[in-house]
Amino acid sequence: MTVLSLSKALNEGMRKAMEDDPKVLIMGEDVGKLGGVFRVTDGLQKDFGEDRVIDTPLAESGIIGTAIGLALRGYRPVCEIQFDGFVFPAADQIITQLAKMPMRSLGAIKLPVVVRIPCGGGIGAVEHHSESPEAYFTHTAGLRVVACSNPADAYTMIQQAIRTDDPVVFFEPKRRYWEKADLDTSSTDWWAPLHAARVVRPGTDVTLLAYGPMVKTCLEAATAAEDDGRSLEVVDLRSLNPLDEAVVMESARRTGRVVVVHEAPVNNGFGAELAARITEQCFYHLESPVLRVGGFSTPYPPSKLEEHYLPDLDRVLDAVDRTFGF
Amino acid sequence: MTLDASRGADAPPELVQLLTPEGERIEHPDYDIDLTPEEIRSLYRDLVLVRRIDLEAVALQRQGELGIWASLLGQEAAQIGSGRALTDSDMAFPTYREHGVAWCRDVDPVKLLGLFRGVNHGGWDPKEHNFHLYTIVIGSQTLHAVGYAMGIQRDDASAATIVYFGDGATSQGDVNESFIWASVFNAPIVFFCQNNQWAISEPLEKQTRIPLYRRASGFGFPGIRVDGNDVLACLAVTRKALEAARTGQGPTLIEAFTYRMGAHTTTDDPTRYRVASELEAWKLKDPIERVKSYLFRTEQGDQAFFDAVSAEADQLGADLRRRCLAMPDPEPLAIFDHVYSEPHALIDQERAQFAAYLEGFEK
Repeated sequence: MTVLSLSKALNEGMRKAMEDDPKVLIMGEDVGKLGGVFRVTDGLQKDFGEDRVIDTPLAESGIIGTAIGLALRGYRPVCEIQFDGFVFPAADQIITQLAKMPMRSLGAIKLPVVVRIPCGGGIGAVEHHSESPEAYFTHTAGLRVVACSNPADAYTMIQQAIRTDDPVVFFEPKRRYWEKADLDTSSTDWWAPLHAARVVRPGTDVTLLAYGPMVKTCLEAATAAEDDGRSLEVVDLRSLNPLDEAVVMESARRTGRVVVVHEAPVNNGFGAELAARITEQCFYHLESPVLRVGGFSTPYPPSKLEEHYLPDLDRVLDAVDRTFGF
Repeated sequence: MTLDASRGADAPPELVQLLTPEGERIEHPDYDIDLTPEEIRSLYRDLVLVRRIDLEAVALQRQGELGIWASLLGQEAAQIGSGRALTDSDMAFPTYREHGVAWCRDVDPVKLLGLFRGVNHGGWDPKEHNFHLYTIVIGSQTLHAVGYAMGIQRDDASAATIVYFGDGATSQGDVNESFIWASVFNAPIVFFCQNNQWAISEPLEKQTRIPLYRRASGFGFPGIRVDGNDVLACLAVTRKALEAARTGQGPTLIEAFTYRMGAHTTTDDPTRYRVASELEAWKLKDPIERVKSYLFRTEQGDQAFFDAVSAEADQLGADLRRRCLAMPDPEPLAIFDHVYSEPHALIDQERAQFAAYLEGFEK
């Protein structure tokens, strides 16, 4: 067993992928000598060279556009977008090209490109460094969208994403980069499929659905609720597109109460899709409407206000209470 | 103020030309080319045939068989000259107007029609022809081409990439980013800009205050302007740029100075924004007539040859029409095909639901 932080687990996962397949490339701003602003690619350029760990010019559309070209030539680029709020210059290449080119080619083209995006708030950052843009990408057909929440998933999911022949948008919970866990890197027996959701804490009264940074918040809420005699089940979705509906619906039917938690604004957020699907498929099992806890319909606030903006244990428990009010 | 950007801010730009509009062969110290009569006749045939393909496609659109068509009329020499400069291992990235380059890459013309008829978004395998799919978002493909060229570098292969775009595209961020990338990575790529003077209704001066080829110097690689209606000059200039790319000398920007003789697409009406006299002036610079005149005058092509090419063109047009009309509509469930390369639960679910829905009508 090895103790790894989430960021180091990503680093080790990419290292393994690069060792296994010489076509795997890392590209992005400051990913080389610096090792990335969060040090997620630390040491990779030193060990794999500048041709495989590419410090790019400072232009996100260029990163994704050239990654597409490299993929057309048979490479498997892993692109780092430095911060969530900087993905938008690349949005055109991601949405109009990366997501659609395989279909446009009638299957002749595969684009195994991973777009890594550190996401979410909670680190006291300046504007554009704390956003949760996942819904833009879950709304785009042709992309796979996943989010890791812990070191073990970071280690396995990044390798699985790199091996996937489709483009994968890979969200990393930046405020959890420093969380540590014991990992068995010598075996793959314990790995779950990339698109499988996981019940990370079983419960009977209410289901909490979360992904990325909010999984830990929900686990803390579940622990606190236990003191009040409530048993909360926490499901880590892990994959947003495709969604592991079987796990979600089974849990919803069993508990009859569901709260979705994400940092992104509630309005038109991914939680709306979850609420709609659960209502369609589990209507007669529900004791309450599916409730959503998330960011407000405002731009991400200055960091002195972010603790009010971000869902926390109390806001999750408040929603849990409300599910019993119907 | 109206600025004639085509003449640039100061000195008149050099224009590489090997065949005048009157069909006179002239020499250029840096860009000469030695072609056999057979090779020149072959270029003439290419020019005539792609013009015929284009004409037939315009007619098919007018008759409702295509939803839209982007005509290459007037740009045949730029496309055939550059397209014939490519070797098999070179890779080409087109816009949606490179029907002539597609011809040079042996893409069956009927496959070009799928996109415009609405039966698919691109009907050929790019790897089979080393000719990428048409790209509609302006300038996006320039980055793909540079990335591909970076792959060539990593493969240590002797090949180059060429990417096509227009004068309007030079204002796009992606095109400028691709120049930067190509420059700093010294990528084996040729940027082939067909300056056809018009971006739908916007004239060149809405895009630039200097001649486009001079943009290259700011990015750190050579730029050259060629007579885009001169197939020999386009071939010579592109060959040299591709060879430079293959031998590690980095990118070149070629500005092929030409003219869009037709509408932007069949939905456009150029009479709203440009004067007829401009068109008349460019008719005198026709890319095909000058080759015909040269071949005739030098007795490298006789009337029998021109008649044979003309007959071949008619046959090609008729064949294209027949096969366009025979192109089957896709099955409804094809909507779900190839969205992902690997199985995808949501797509599978929706396909099954829609299939069941459709079956309901059949009962």
